[in-house]
Amino acid sequence: MSKFSKKKDGELPAVSTASLPDIVFMLLFFFMTVTVMKDSSLKVQNSLPNASEIKKLEKKDRIIYIYVGRPTPEYEKTFGTEPRIQLNDKFAIPSEVGDYILMERAKKSQDLQNVLTTALKVDKDANMGLISDIKLELRKVNALKINYTTVNGDAFSNLK
Amino acid sequence: MGRRAGAPEVNAGSMADIAFLLLIFFLVTTTIETDAGLDRMLPPIEPPEDEVVIKQKNIFQVNINKNGQLLADDELIDLRQLRAKAMEFLDNNGDGSCTYCKGKKNADSSDNPDKAIISLKNDRETKYSIYITVQNELVGAYNDLRDRESQRLFNRDFTDMQAEFLNPETDKDLKEKLKEKVQRIQKLFPQKLSEAETSSN
Repeated sequence: MSKFSKKKDGELPAVSTASLPDIVFMLLFFFMTVTVMKDSSLKVQNSLPNASEIKKLEKKDRIIYIYVGRPTPEYEKTFGTEPRIQLNDKFAIPSEVGDYILMERAKKSQDLQNVLTTALKVDKDANMGLISDIKLELRKVNALKINYTTVNGDAFSNLK
Repeated sequence: MGRRAGAPEVNAGSMADIAFLLLIFFLVTTTIETDAGLDRMLPPIEPPEDEVVIKQKNIFQVNINKNGQLLADDELIDLRQLRAKAMEFLDNNGDGSCTYCKGKKNADSSDNPDKAIISLKNDRETKYSIYITVQNELVGAYNDLRDRESQRLFNRDFTDMQAEFLNPETDKDLKEKLKEKVQRIQKLFPQKLSEAETSSN
């Protein structure tokens, strides 16, 4: 028998897997750079309303978030079912919004302090009374630029 | 014969499975941030020192009650008519000073787009979703009119131009050019949308 027919027929050569960790790491790094870490976990229900005439919010470092909505089931016992404000990681009352804005503003660098936007992420089912209170607080601390964060979609679907 | 040099090779058949598993895991756990919305400016808390008297006909009063019903200029209307109504009001051109308007020149409606003010009032019990829809329609009325003028002057939609202007990836020279155009259109139909304080009854 000749030297060249040593291999059994039908056996495929194994594919090298030396690059497997590389690929996995590549994926990992890709997602680490592309996705944003949540800085606070939501304690309120937050399904945003739809709107079509929206503007994109660029530059994340210039935005202060305020969440409003009904507490999630696990907090319902302690905080009730009425919509509440969430600032960072805790529930708040409207009068605390002003201090929060001032605190967040102080954290930003000097040149950004005048161009900050307050993004109101408010649940569809919230009432305007609470929003009005927030707006009044914002006006008190002169944070006049606001953005009602919404989902891109047909505005009339909110009515249902 | 001794052992073959090097470690035995690992079967790589499941490599794709592992990659997909990771991909699906990240797709499920991370959410795409919905960072878009309606930009608004709140009025400063101190009232302006010189009280400007605004004629009643230059104000388009929109009221939303707690049931989500809409009162526009003392007339109960459907939400879907609001955009057309607001556009009619803004584009009215009562004193004839607006050369680009196509309105009816109704003497009882607004003088010109520069003077026309839309005032939005809501109840404390009004649902937020309704409020957003109304806001959306009013902004939409402005955008539609601006688009019309933008098409006439620059052959391009205003909203499209504005989006490119606000995009941080647009290069500087183009931005300067766009800024000029955007500001020109904004001047033709200045957005005067006042948010009155909420009524409590």
